[in-house]
Amino acid sequence: MIAPLVTGLAVFYLWPVFQTGYYSFTTWGPFGGSEFTGLANYVALFEDDELLRAVKNTLVYSAIVVAGIPLAIVVAALLNQRNLRGVGVYRALYFLPVVTMPAAIAMVWKWLYNGDHGLINHVLSFVGIPGQNWASDSRFALYAIAVIAVWMTVGYNMVIFLAGLQAIPKELYEAAEIDGASKIRQFRSITLPLLTPSIFFVAVLTVIASLQAFDVLYMILGPTNPATVESRTIVYLFYEKAFMENDKGAAAAMACVLLVFMMAITAVQFRLQKRWVHYV
Amino acid sequence: MVRAEAESPRPVPEPRATARPRHFVTHTVLIAGAIAMMTPFVWQVLTAVRTKADSESVPPKLLPEHWQFSNFTKIFTEIPFGEQFLNSVLLTTGRTVAQVVLCSMAGYAFARLRFPGRNVIFVLLLSVLMIPSQLILLPQYQIMMDLGWLNTIQALIVPGMFSAFGTFLMRQFFAGIPVELEEAARLDGCNPWQTFWLVMAPLAKPGMVALAILTIIWSWNDLLWPLVVNNDPKLMPLSAGLAFLQGAHEVNNDLPLMMAGSLLASLPMIIAFVVLQKRFIQGIAMSGLKG
Repeated sequence: MIAPLVTGLAVFYLWPVFQTGYYSFTTWGPFGGSEFTGLANYVALFEDDELLRAVKNTLVYSAIVVAGIPLAIVVAALLNQRNLRGVGVYRALYFLPVVTMPAAIAMVWKWLYNGDHGLINHVLSFVGIPGQNWASDSRFALYAIAVIAVWMTVGYNMVIFLAGLQAIPKELYEAAEIDGASKIRQFRSITLPLLTPSIFFVAVLTVIASLQAFDVLYMILGPTNPATVESRTIVYLFYEKAFMENDKGAAAAMACVLLVFMMAITAVQFRLQKRWVHYV
Repeated sequence: MVRAEAESPRPVPEPRATARPRHFVTHTVLIAGAIAMMTPFVWQVLTAVRTKADSESVPPKLLPEHWQFSNFTKIFTEIPFGEQFLNSVLLTTGRTVAQVVLCSMAGYAFARLRFPGRNVIFVLLLSVLMIPSQLILLPQYQIMMDLGWLNTIQALIVPGMFSAFGTFLMRQFFAGIPVELEEAARLDGCNPWQTFWLVMAPLAKPGMVALAILTIIWSWNDLLWPLVVNNDPKLMPLSAGLAFLQGAHEVNNDLPLMMAGSLLASLPMIIAFVVLQKRFIQGIAMSGLKG
């Protein structure tokens, strides 16, 4: 009963992990064929500042997406009030980007960010902010893409936070009301502490997802975008090495670096959770 | 949000201040946010029905000068949009049907059956759950190449038929079904297969629906894998087709055409979401495990 699934997973998922590990110690010729070259790929990666910049970009990108989590908390808290009308409509509108094809979303935002005819520059001109090529200027591109990621994930995080909020006992708020605590005070002293398990969960997922983000980055950057060299992340660089430059050994090494990086950050998050997450 | 408010196509409706004055601020904030969420979609639609010249007017006009719907037909001749749509349907159906069947079977076995090596295999399964897709992309590509499957439909479907996440989801679901029902079936003389198909599988339907919804969304929207294995535009699904469309129009930048394409490509999931909203949100809320 498990045979078909286990075979499939072993062939397409588990075995490839070891193969990638092996690839990372090999160098691939331009016409196929590879030879074992030990740590050469890793040495080359760490000597080149390409990877270093990609690591930095990945961290900046992830930090911005994580910084967007409070938006979802605010939306969820607002939606969680008693007798609020239109909750279903709001929830659907905020959630819509979660189900929309990321490739399509990237195209739309690239158009919004367009330097010559983009809507965003037009709106900014009303408040006197000069227009920019948001998506193709290396000063802005990475941040512009991270903003899209925040926009795309608000709805998902909101749903998780709503579930977390509904699990908080109503009596706590009633007691606080009797004690004369204001709404803001209730939010700070009851809602936030009791929501920390959900916040932790969302933070871990957000970090894992942003470290692996690809679709929107690929659609907005790309070989002809002048911002690409300065803005690419680890995964983008991996794709470039593997499938554009056909340097599969270096790409494999990069994938291994990504894995170690991901595990390290997740481990740190689990370490730190004792300091701020309250489990009931 | 300020930006979105200024660009609102409609005046912001006032909440009923008389009935519930205390929610006034809440609604103001939520509506401002909703406008920020909707503006890209609205602008996508409004651009898709323009002429190219109209899309490039400075300053941009809110409504199109001439409503032009020909972009939606032009997309079918500019790129093989029809074929790509069909590929997306095949990819999504193939992966989803296979995952629901295979993951349910395995999930049931892990939840209820005893067999040698069960725990070891289950731990391996959980470790597969944590593998980032980039880590296995190169060997997966190599397998497809060795099989001669590059630029085929089966390359799009086959690796996505197996899911550690789906198995884990179904295992949790089966574990929550009362054992008594199963024992009754066994006493009536059912073997494990019959118990699974006749008794347990129908009971696990809600779990299967959740898994199916998640697989449909992920498959329909998947970009990286199709991009890697199929570079013939006729064999791409819509996601990769959009990347191809964007690349092909890099120079002349026909934005109405691109917006029409991106709208048509994302519309099936949007419609499905609007129709099955509750199930979608519940299903996706269960997806937390997927990295």
